[in-house]
Amino acid sequence: MVACGPFEKDFLKKIAQSAEKEFRVPVTIEENHVDLAPFYNPGRRQYDANKLLSFISDRSVNESVKVTGLFRVDLFIPILTYIFGQAMLNGRSAVASIYRLRNEMYGLKKNEELVLSRTTKEVIHELGHNFGLIHCHVQTCVMRSSTYVEDIDQKSQNLCPGCRDILDKK
Amino acid sequence: MAEKISILIVDDEESVRDSLHNWFIEDGYDVERAENAKNALLMLESRKFDIILADIKMPGMDGMEMHRRIRALNKDTIVIIMTAFASVDTAVQALKDGAYDYVTKPFDPDDLSHLIRNAATQISLKAENEALKRKVSTLEDIDDLIGQSEAILKVLKQVESVAQSNSSVIITGESGTGKELVARAIHSNSARKYFPLISVHCGALTESLLESELFGHEKGAFTGAMFNRKGRFEMADGGTIFLDEIATISSKMQVELLRVLETKSFVRVGGNKEIASDFRVICATNRDLKSMVKSGNFREDLYYRLNVVNIAIPPLRERTEDIPLLVNHFIKKYCSSMSRDMISIDPAALKHLENFEFPGNVRELENMIERAIVIGNGREIKLRDLPMGKEAINSSVESLDELEKRHVEMILNKYAWNVSRSAKALNVDRVTLYNKIKKYNLKQQQ
Repeated sequence: MVACGPFEKDFLKKIAQSAEKEFRVPVTIEENHVDLAPFYNPGRRQYDANKLLSFISDRSVNESVKVTGLFRVDLFIPILTYIFGQAMLNGRSAVASIYRLRNEMYGLKKNEELVLSRTTKEVIHELGHNFGLIHCHVQTCVMRSSTYVEDIDQKSQNLCPGCRDILDKK
Repeated sequence: MAEKISILIVDDEESVRDSLHNWFIEDGYDVERAENAKNALLMLESRKFDIILADIKMPGMDGMEMHRRIRALNKDTIVIIMTAFASVDTAVQALKDGAYDYVTKPFDPDDLSHLIRNAATQISLKAENEALKRKVSTLEDIDDLIGQSEAILKVLKQVESVAQSNSSVIITGESGTGKELVARAIHSNSARKYFPLISVHCGALTESLLESELFGHEKGAFTGAMFNRKGRFEMADGGTIFLDEIATISSKMQVELLRVLETKSFVRVGGNKEIASDFRVICATNRDLKSMVKSGNFREDLYYRLNVVNIAIPPLRERTEDIPLLVNHFIKKYCSSMSRDMISIDPAALKHLENFEFPGNVRELENMIERAIVIGNGREIKLRDLPMGKEAINSSVESLDELEKRHVEMILNKYAWNVSRSAKALNVDRVTLYNKIKKYNLKQQQ
């Protein structure tokens, strides 16, 4: 997991531990003080997730199989108004941002625990795509598609038995 | 497992194609991409897509023109028009041309998910509907109109041609010839097959009951009318009404029926509100309606309103070549319903059926076969299992030997082949009986 912005170590550690537990693979944390200016789209006033994905993919971060970039900025892809994260299905890289996972974004009271919970689920979700899992219809499965933060809050951070089965077979 | 929904993305911008591709792949859809309308149409020549997302502004053929061509190829394809430049006129035109929706880029992720999910639901509902329609067709293709005789083939041909029209039909034939079966066959082969076929046995009801049955009644219309009740004409809306024994209806009912047939509307008994109903009429009778018209017992105007097409079903004695087929059909039907192994019919028994008059026609034959299966205990229907079998046995036996053989066999079967008891019944000793068994080559049926 590559932290591309200022994050508290404890925050990153907890996410890494959850991802390790879920995918049963070691997760290492790296910090990368990348200049995000080249990825900024002034027309959209957001950062291009596709370009960031390529950037993350190109980083050689040691022997990690999958690389997830974690950001604090608002991400977009051309076709959508915003995204929480993006991953290459069966690929090597993923990106996720806490920007729209914060309560303050919606005029609500700050809640750090909720940000941690949502970010953990988002990272696990995108990693799931890297491991070849597609969206799931089970309400509580972490692989369920989420277009609003409320959707993220309703699901767990775990894979359902069906998705677990698919993952184990890969 | 249901087939994946397939999506074709048509947009000249690679980033848009790739983004949408990645988005939909994650949802488990089967996704292809085309960079322009020409390539998209080429792809459509070789495979079908459930949903097409098409950008409006593309070099060469634009999305609207492509959409029109796609509709000409397959009007069931769901086409969603995308544009970065929203315009009311274009949106209206796209929807008028049959587009499923018109969306502006960039999409809200939730909006996009809902849009595709709703489109996918529509596709699966449509497929389910088609499958159910096919299933209904299979169920309704009841092949109880059995026969290969020229007479019955003529009836089948008439059914086929009349089914496609909305014309009224009178089916004539003796009792038990299958008039209701023909009515059902007409209905189930018509465009009205997904709507009800309502049967009314006019001969079984008094005039007042028939009136209430056909027109329905309002609460309190007569003693006992505790609730409003829909009539059969109303229930048949969209479908077919079958009036059996039409010749039995009273003069008053004939007048009312004529009015309903002409106006396709009626009022419930005790009511005052006109109710419209769109139904097709099929009638049946075993009487000579034309004679009844001549004698003044049936209205001529009603007769001609009903008798647009006449289908006459021949009595069974006029199509005896169909009896073996009918017998096999009924054996199969009743063995299946009684969970019994299939049995056959003794040639002598079949021969006798073919020579029988059958005043009750096919219904009588069916009844005989069912009875024979119930009371019989062998793997074959014998002459003795048929109601007229005993007389037939007696009349068909000519020689003394034949008579003796049948009698000995009957007694042995009666006593379950207990030789001692059979010999006692026949008033002979056991040795004599054994000799008779050997002489006539009698064997116990398993």
